[in-house]
Amino acid sequence: MDNKKIKSIIESLLFIWGEPLGLKDISDILEMEEIEVEKILNDMIEDFDHNDRGLKIVRIKNNYQLCTRPEHDKWISKLSNQNKTKSLSNAALETLSIIAYKQPITRSEMEAIRGVRCDKAVQTLLDRGLVEERGRLEKLGRPIIYGTTVEFLRYFGLEDLNDLPPIQDLEIEDDGLESMEE
Amino acid sequence: MEYNIVLESFEGPMDLLMHLIDKAKIDIYDININEITEQYIEYITKMDELDLEVTSEFLVMAATLLEIKSKMLLPQKKQENANNQLEIEEADPRLELVRRLIEYRKYKYISQELKEFEEIQKKVYFKPQEDLSYYAGDDEVLGEMDLDKLVKALNNLMLKNKKNKTFINVSEVQREEYTLEECMKKIEAKLEDKGMIKFSSLFDDSSSRAEIVVIFLSLLELIKVKSIIVRQKDNFSDILIAKQARRDD
Repeated sequence: MDNKKIKSIIESLLFIWGEPLGLKDISDILEMEEIEVEKILNDMIEDFDHNDRGLKIVRIKNNYQLCTRPEHDKWISKLSNQNKTKSLSNAALETLSIIAYKQPITRSEMEAIRGVRCDKAVQTLLDRGLVEERGRLEKLGRPIIYGTTVEFLRYFGLEDLNDLPPIQDLEIEDDGLESMEE
Repeated sequence: MEYNIVLESFEGPMDLLMHLIDKAKIDIYDININEITEQYIEYITKMDELDLEVTSEFLVMAATLLEIKSKMLLPQKKQENANNQLEIEEADPRLELVRRLIEYRKYKYISQELKEFEEIQKKVYFKPQEDLSYYAGDDEVLGEMDLDKLVKALNNLMLKNKKNKTFINVSEVQREEYTLEECMKKIEAKLEDKGMIKFSSLFDDSSSRAEIVVIFLSLLELIKVKSIIVRQKDNFSDILIAKQARRDD
């Protein structure tokens, strides 16, 4: 099979599956090495972007999924009268940011940073499937610890957690603290 | 200074404090604690509708600010011979607060970034998974069927359904057809008549589930008030009901 044929098969697979499809699954179906398939998929992502196709392939962890281009929303939304899902509140977003960078983290640690209770925000995030319980901390009270989900990556269009905006840039400011400590 | 600040726009005391500092355009490392405390307290006294949950958190911050303010007023000790332990205690009283504010500001900033990502991602559509079972060709179940058998099966099903048919009218609250009192009277009357009866004789095939339940409940009630005794030989065997000899108190 030449690459062209393989690409066209993968495109069909992604279309039918709809949900994120694992690299391993695709490789198993094609009876090919994962490393080969990954190369072809990376090629496809570029092809789709380069040729301004109506669809694009996104990668979430080791999964691939077809979706529409955000710039086409103007037209696609005319097909549907339904309201979109509500955006997250500022409280939920603040809480989610803390969880994303500090996971696994307990609720009281989030509350220490935000200075307000976070139970409602955490519940919203759990309901939306953006965070999940990761077990309990073996210390007094055995508090639940939380982390982000794959759905979190998909929701914000991130490939993995390394795609989050770098927080180091903000840490430079810590230098200012040292002068205060003296 | 007059502000018209809407409470909802703040996600808590940290957010408010951050806002006041930004507004005053002061260096976060050199906060004029006097001024900020004043503005902060001014703000929380202006909160007309006291939401207790929020207020208590705002008050904790007010207390923290006042504590720092009072510490700032104390004369600084000379640190020449102080060991490390002491030095940390004598560091700028604002340090802890500034540390928290910077930490908070990081995530506040990140959350705005995520909000932008969210806005973009909301314009992206995904397709739900295709229902592949439709293509699976599992019509062999019906392979051995012919029309007669199908009709027969359908008839059987409809007959069965007729039997079990219970109308539930959700739009109306239905009157209870069987009351506990009536059933208890009926059982007692039957017992007067026969002395000993079987549970199964109290109802027949046409009895609805509700009726049987009420009959059973009335049995329990009669046992409780000690007017009958019941026996059952094995699990699931018929229950025998007899009158209990009344003891005069």
